Amino acid sequence: MSEPAVSLADARLSFGAVAALDGMSFDVLRGEMFGLVGPDGAGKTTAIRTLLGLLRLDGGTAHVLGRDPASRDRDLREAVGYLSQRFTLYGDLTVDENLEFFGEIHRVRELASRRERLLGFTRLERFRRWRADRLSGGMQKKLALACTLVHTPRVLFLDEPTTGVDPVSRRELWALLSELLASGLSVLLTTPYLDEAERCSRVALVRRGRTLACDTPAALRASRRASVLEVVCAPVRRARDLLSGSPRVEEVQLFGDRLHLVPRAPGDGLQDLLSGLEGVVVSAVRRVQPSLEDVFIWRVAEEAAAEGTSP
Amino acid sequence: MTAPPPARDPTPAVEVRELSRRFGDLLAVDAITFEARRGEILALLGPNGAGKSTTIRMLCGLLAPTSGSARVAGADVVAEPDEVKRRIGYMSQRFSLYGELRAEDNLDLYGALYGLSGRRLRERREWAIALTRLGDRLGARVDELGGGLRQRLALACALLHEPEVVFLDEPTGGVDPVMRRAFFQLIDGLAAGGITVLLTTHFLDEAEYCHRVALISRGKLVAEGTPTALKELVRGQVLVEVRSDRPGAALAALAALPEVAEVTLFGAGVHARAAPGVPEADALRAMAGALGRAGVPFSPPVAAAPTLEDVFLHLVAMEEPRA
Repeated sequence: MSEPAVSLADARLSFGAVAALDGMSFDVLRGEMFGLVGPDGAGKTTAIRTLLGLLRLDGGTAHVLGRDPASRDRDLREAVGYLSQRFTLYGDLTVDENLEFFGEIHRVRELASRRERLLGFTRLERFRRWRADRLSGGMQKKLALACTLVHTPRVLFLDEPTTGVDPVSRRELWALLSELLASGLSVLLTTPYLDEAERCSRVALVRRGRTLACDTPAALRASRRASVLEVVCAPVRRARDLLSGSPRVEEVQLFGDRLHLVPRAPGDGLQDLLSGLEGVVVSAVRRVQPSLEDVFIWRVAEEAAAEGTSP
Repeated sequence: MTAPPPARDPTPAVEVRELSRRFGDLLAVDAITFEARRGEILALLGPNGAGKSTTIRMLCGLLAPTSGSARVAGADVVAEPDEVKRRIGYMSQRFSLYGELRAEDNLDLYGALYGLSGRRLRERREWAIALTRLGDRLGARVDELGGGLRQRLALACALLHEPEVVFLDEPTGGVDPVMRRAFFQLIDGLAAGGITVLLTTHFLDEAEYCHRVALISRGKLVAEGTPTALKELVRGQVLVEVRSDRPGAALAALAALPEVAEVTLFGAGVHARAAPGVPEADALRAMAGALGRAGVPFSPPVAAAPTLEDVFLHLVAMEEPRA
């Protein structure tokens, strides 16, 4: 197996009393889209800033394309693209001029042809003479992405590329990332949205500076053999109250118009229990896969149980 | 359908009739009609620029409608906008609290803003402290509180004056999933007690916690129903999941097929939506054929369950065909 494109091993970094990275570890393989997934404050941005060489670790190691990012060597810098959360375009420059500007910073050769390709790729040709601050939020994101790609990096770091982007533009962004990946780029992206992690080839679920779990989304969902039953019923609160007391039910989660149940015994379909709910009409029961949010919450609970603390 | 709790007052908490708002040439909100029952949790979804925020601003009494009417918690947004403001609460994940102030200062500040004093202020403060479970963190600066506590505090501040209707703007974006679940449990408890919740979000996981979802696109209400009912709307669409060790190659092979309308990477594989009118069996056969010809290893394509995001994108695409 070839060396990973990016790796963080037992990374530790504190700001004063706060451990932003508390032993975080993960590898991004070449040519994959890897997701660093977790809530605000989990250490996602700190991990990226470390991998960019902007922060030095107190302990552990960081590698990008086999090198230490803290060495800040020029070749490595040119091999990396970075879209920060607050990437700034020049609002009073046009789309064309923004790409030109970032191209010149990176001393891109044959900039004109590179620019055409990126405009075509992001479908921004029609807007090339628009000032960047006149573009919609989704188009600005696409232009920012194009600017981070102008020097043809081999590794791309995207810090929360979809936060604040509406689902329509978000889907478009994912389609662009899919195309990039097909061209052999390695991508590390962060997101607080667990449902988005499903789009990555592999993910690390992170919390409080640590890696809770790291694998493909499918393997993570299968890692605990629990099955989840989705039960559409009314009144749903009454059903929840009746079921939460049952020893056969490990967990009850209330959603708007339905419940998710985790049976204590994975094979238990709870049929008799569900048909015997007094005063409740059950209109559908289906087996669903646990979501990555379920997996995240279960892992937190397992860790807390192992350490004898509360989550 | 979820029955709301037994209502003391049968009139809807939010009643919107043919509500419109024009800005110059732009009809930002175009004759929207919907209701929220007392104790209901309703999500308003829509892409940026769809008219969501304009609608919310009108419902909060901050912006006068061009035409149509709306009553919120029994008050008319046109005739009694100030009364509306008194009867609602508003919470946004990012902007509600003063970070440099202590937690309890925020409570006092909101109390003063809402004109609470004396015994009522003391009672509501006690209520808020119990709700937030702030305990010994009451004197801590808001900046120093964890995400979950900060969020409960923002909610408590929005509810200090006992509003009948509360507006939540992406309340759990970026919040630890453990806390998100706890937060929606709290919201459900409030709704069970009769408070009506209107939630706007881009985060479709949040919409799953709502009783009903209303989708706004180009200023119009294009769909509404329970999350389960909305997913039924895309039943006719064929969504296919293909697993492959070489998802990039699978994507390229499938994107070229006329039977496929859209294909995106999805973990170690791809999700493809069949072109309109292509039956599932034909789509599956065409996809397996294309992957075979391209020499891409794959597991047999299977039909995938639609998510709320699929519903959202489908309905928005029908409203505004994109280039």
